[in-house]
Amino acid sequence: MTQLVSISSNLLFVAFVCYLIATLFFGGAVKGTKVGTTSNSEKRWGLLGIIVTIIGFISHLAYFITRWIAGGHAPVSNLFEFTTAFGMMVVGSFILIYFIYKTPVLGLFALPIAIIIIGYASMFPSEITPLIPALKSYWLYVHVITAALGESILAISAVAGLVYLLKSVDISKKSKQRFWLEAVMYTLILAVGFVASTTTFSLMDYEASFNYVDKEQKAKSIIYNTPPLFGMNEYEALTPEAMTPLVETPSIINAKKLTTVTWSLLFGTLLYGLIRLITRKPISALLKPFAQKANLQLMDEIGYRAVSIGFPIFTLGALIFAMIWAHEAWARFWGWDPKEVWALITWLFYAAFMHLRFSKGWQGEKSAWLAVIGFIIIMFNLIAVNLIIAGLHSYA
Amino acid sequence: MNNIICACGHENPEGTVLCGNCGRPLTTEAKKQKLADMRYEGTARRSQTYNKSIIDKVWNFFSSVKVGISLIIIILVAAAIGTILPQVLFVPVRGAAEIAAYYERVYGSFGSIYNWLGLSDLYGSWWFQTLIGMLGISIIVASLDRVVPLYKSLKKQRTRRHGSFMKSQRLFAQGENILGEDTLSISEEKLKDLRYKVKREKGALLAEKGRFARWGPYVNHVGLIIFLLGVMLRTLPGFYMDETMWLREGETLAIPEVPGFYLESKEFILETYDKEQTDEVFGEAIERVGTIASNFQTDVVLYKNSEDALPGQTTDLIEVKKESIQVNKPLKFEDYAIYQMDFRLDELSTMHFNLSNKATGESLGDLSINLDKPEPFYDLGNGATVELKGYYPDFSGFENGEPQTKSPVPNNPAFLVEMITPETPKGETSFVAIKQTVEPFGDNNYKLEFQSVDTRDISGLTIRKDKTLWILALGGVIFMIGVAQGSYFNHRRIWIHENNDGQLVVAAHTNKNWFGIKKELDQVTETAQLPQYIDQQDAEDQELKKDGEKSS
Amino acid sequence: MAQAKKKQKRFIVRTIILSILIIAIVFTIYTNATKEKFEVLAIGDTAPDFTLVDLDGNKHRLSDYKGQGVFLNFWGTWCKPCVKEMPAMDSQYEIYKDQGIQILAINIAQSDFEVQRFANQYGLSFPIVIDKTRSVMEAYNIDPLPTTMLVNPEGKIERIVIGGVMTEKDIAGFMEEIRPK
Repeated sequence: MTQLVSISSNLLFVAFVCYLIATLFFGGAVKGTKVGTTSNSEKRWGLLGIIVTIIGFISHLAYFITRWIAGGHAPVSNLFEFTTAFGMMVVGSFILIYFIYKTPVLGLFALPIAIIIIGYASMFPSEITPLIPALKSYWLYVHVITAALGESILAISAVAGLVYLLKSVDISKKSKQRFWLEAVMYTLILAVGFVASTTTFSLMDYEASFNYVDKEQKAKSIIYNTPPLFGMNEYEALTPEAMTPLVETPSIINAKKLTTVTWSLLFGTLLYGLIRLITRKPISALLKPFAQKANLQLMDEIGYRAVSIGFPIFTLGALIFAMIWAHEAWARFWGWDPKEVWALITWLFYAAFMHLRFSKGWQGEKSAWLAVIGFIIIMFNLIAVNLIIAGLHSYA
Repeated sequence: MNNIICACGHENPEGTVLCGNCGRPLTTEAKKQKLADMRYEGTARRSQTYNKSIIDKVWNFFSSVKVGISLIIIILVAAAIGTILPQVLFVPVRGAAEIAAYYERVYGSFGSIYNWLGLSDLYGSWWFQTLIGMLGISIIVASLDRVVPLYKSLKKQRTRRHGSFMKSQRLFAQGENILGEDTLSISEEKLKDLRYKVKREKGALLAEKGRFARWGPYVNHVGLIIFLLGVMLRTLPGFYMDETMWLREGETLAIPEVPGFYLESKEFILETYDKEQTDEVFGEAIERVGTIASNFQTDVVLYKNSEDALPGQTTDLIEVKKESIQVNKPLKFEDYAIYQMDFRLDELSTMHFNLSNKATGESLGDLSINLDKPEPFYDLGNGATVELKGYYPDFSGFENGEPQTKSPVPNNPAFLVEMITPETPKGETSFVAIKQTVEPFGDNNYKLEFQSVDTRDISGLTIRKDKTLWILALGGVIFMIGVAQGSYFNHRRIWIHENNDGQLVVAAHTNKNWFGIKKELDQVTETAQLPQYIDQQDAEDQELKKDGEKSS
Repeated sequence: MAQAKKKQKRFIVRTIILSILIIAIVFTIYTNATKEKFEVLAIGDTAPDFTLVDLDGNKHRLSDYKGQGVFLNFWGTWCKPCVKEMPAMDSQYEIYKDQGIQILAINIAQSDFEVQRFANQYGLSFPIVIDKTRSVMEAYNIDPLPTTMLVNPEGKIERIVIGGVMTEKDIAGFMEEIRPK
């Protein structure tokens, strides 16, 4: 069985590499500048891109299945597993949309997002955990898989929206749109910064332990895996050779998490600065040529279609199945747990999106912005709510 | 009410954008627009036609989609604010003063303000509930105002539409009629292959499919309303009940709020994953995290009192069932369900003592006191007895020389005993607690020494009755049917007619998925040799069509 | 004319729909805000019947005392205000037991030993019953101890006293309220 586990993680790595290569191929498929024309070489690149994507997806699926067999339960029970599964479904949704609309440009943007998601996932403990009593239910599979599927289809709408914005926003002139578009790009780079900083320090085997007093006035200890910029409340260093924290924080702040966030910010900003310095262009300007060939109307259509396909699935998985399970496990179908609330917020947001589009005629650029914001809310629920707010859903 | 009379002679109610009969634009705005506003088929929404009495104003307020969306956004933002700090539900204290102190202590002045503003119980606040109620009204009123006119206008659609209506559709074509009189028949056949319903009227054709998709939004709104109704009903007595009970191993108690039913706990079981025994793949995780629980379970027996039995009369309980309540596996009976929610381990249940001579150390025997049923006398044989004078389950100190207990729970049991031995027939008094012995009347010869304890576990159970579940489920199902209907199906229409100049005019409309209708229109265009249509919203597409190329 | 009628009809329909919705919502919010955790027994309700066994093994059934006033006191030996009330109750019991009033002291699920010892210590003469399964406590939705329910000769609840310490005078007054006339 342990052998199967290692096969499984190798498969995930293969998928990861495939997505990287496929991104390059898709880049080749859209590099031409003339709208509406597709040269034969571009078609070849596009074909190669989708083939490699599918190979990666199959490998990813094989990871999922082998891990399921090895662990005896669907690999969706902790952050690592859920996030990799989410990445897989994003790729799956992209493949589906690709075969409907034949748009390589979507792959060029969807795959890097999937890559970042998988990279983010691999920062969490990846061993297979046995199920705690609350998770022992087939609703785990039904609820989590459906919710992730819905979210991944909604993510595709954000990708289409992003392509739309890259093409339609005029970045030669200073504007609010230009600023926010670049802000979205910067945020994506920050995610890379998180992966980069965590990987760097884990390669260095960095460890610093402290004793501290928590908000309930209890003595506790903690181990940092990054150089401690911020110290816990009334900390006391146990590893004197490690760095001394620069600032001590009050007890309601988890200084370890704050440190991790700060390192990600530092690495991300550094990375962003380097890119700007080397290319002398904002990232949106850098990517704009790749979006230039996209058909705006088609992107708008894909964006809306993805929302209208994803919304019902999301509702079913993240709200209805969630309520049924919560009723079985926690004796109430709704308990205003932060994760539940954010699922509701996501749902309300997309409901507002549909009404704005349907009744108020918000199409094109407005709709594209909404799709991007929707994805940010989904990611907030996945990242911030689990790591910062943490209620009943904080597993592993 | 001022009706608008269209050029075709049809009388339209005030507020109509497109003529209900021929589709001509009626307002100056609509006339200027290049593309027709096809929402609600250009019919007059009822809310827009009146603005007189207060009732009409209130009605119109709730009928507005803008108001609806604003309500959604406000609820969304409020819900988000409620997740900044834990809600009172999740903090470990009760009572307004304690809660205020808790927020102050743990979250500082920010927590204090947060609590003071009532944000710590945001979801239970009257204003949050009012917002949800207003959204409910908005859903009902807005749907009523739109579904009726939409239904009417879709029902009485005309086959031939006016040229300006055709021209203002997004997909539009005009050109030579190549196949002449056969065009419409060939088109009809092809459209029927594509599963359209086709209507013909001299020289004009209307093909339509998926009209029911238009009702999707209204169906899902009905589902939402039913769901909200279910939520409202839970506040009425008898529909919803939520209780907790703590049940000790071996104890039989009446189930709160469930008349006539009793529950006995046979055993509470806590299991953890054992590194040796579980699958080796879990080894790493168990090593990192430490203990991982695998099961919380209470083995219970459910009893029912006989029909005519009164509360308190527990001599003839009838066993209903034996079951193991686990997390995710509640015990269900009648309208009720009992859940494994919590536990406390190791409450004292029996204490073991030894009576011995202090000087010689000679033992006169052991005695065990069952804390549930302490007895007045314990005969140790060989002439020694221990008389229990007092039992203080949760000993908290002396008051006027009298031992006190602060609760009935055996957290810190203490006993006042008189030890009678052949050597001390008058008895010696001693006060015995777990780590304390007091000899109130001077030195004793004998001592009762604490040896060991037996413990038992307590299960924390939640009892629920929820008679609104089926309503909520019904609402959920209808909602899902509605969204699926509205999302996965589209309402597509294609109009073809020959105009007075003998030219063929083609127009097509769908409520979503233009890509799909274009593919179908492409097929019809090819088969019936219709003029090539253009997508009037897609500037690039128009250029493409001019170039005679098609994007892949 | 037809239009005016139509308009009037519309006005009525809208008024009805809006009022129903608003009343329903206001009612829901109101009941939510004022909701008690339990459905508490109220004055004038019929006191739920029960049967419990006292320390001497005698059965006491509430309905057997119909025609008499019943003074139901829920208590525990560890509850200080409960303990304080006991002697006063006992001395009033001496006065009123021959005037058609019964005291039943219902102990909440303590051991026979503790209750018996307590009764001996204070020399209580009224019957003390133990609600081992807490079923009577459930039927009466007793939350804090002590709680006293005064049941009149018709079997209806005359008065509910929650918490606090009743003095001799209080108790005498309550006894008068439920004394059969």
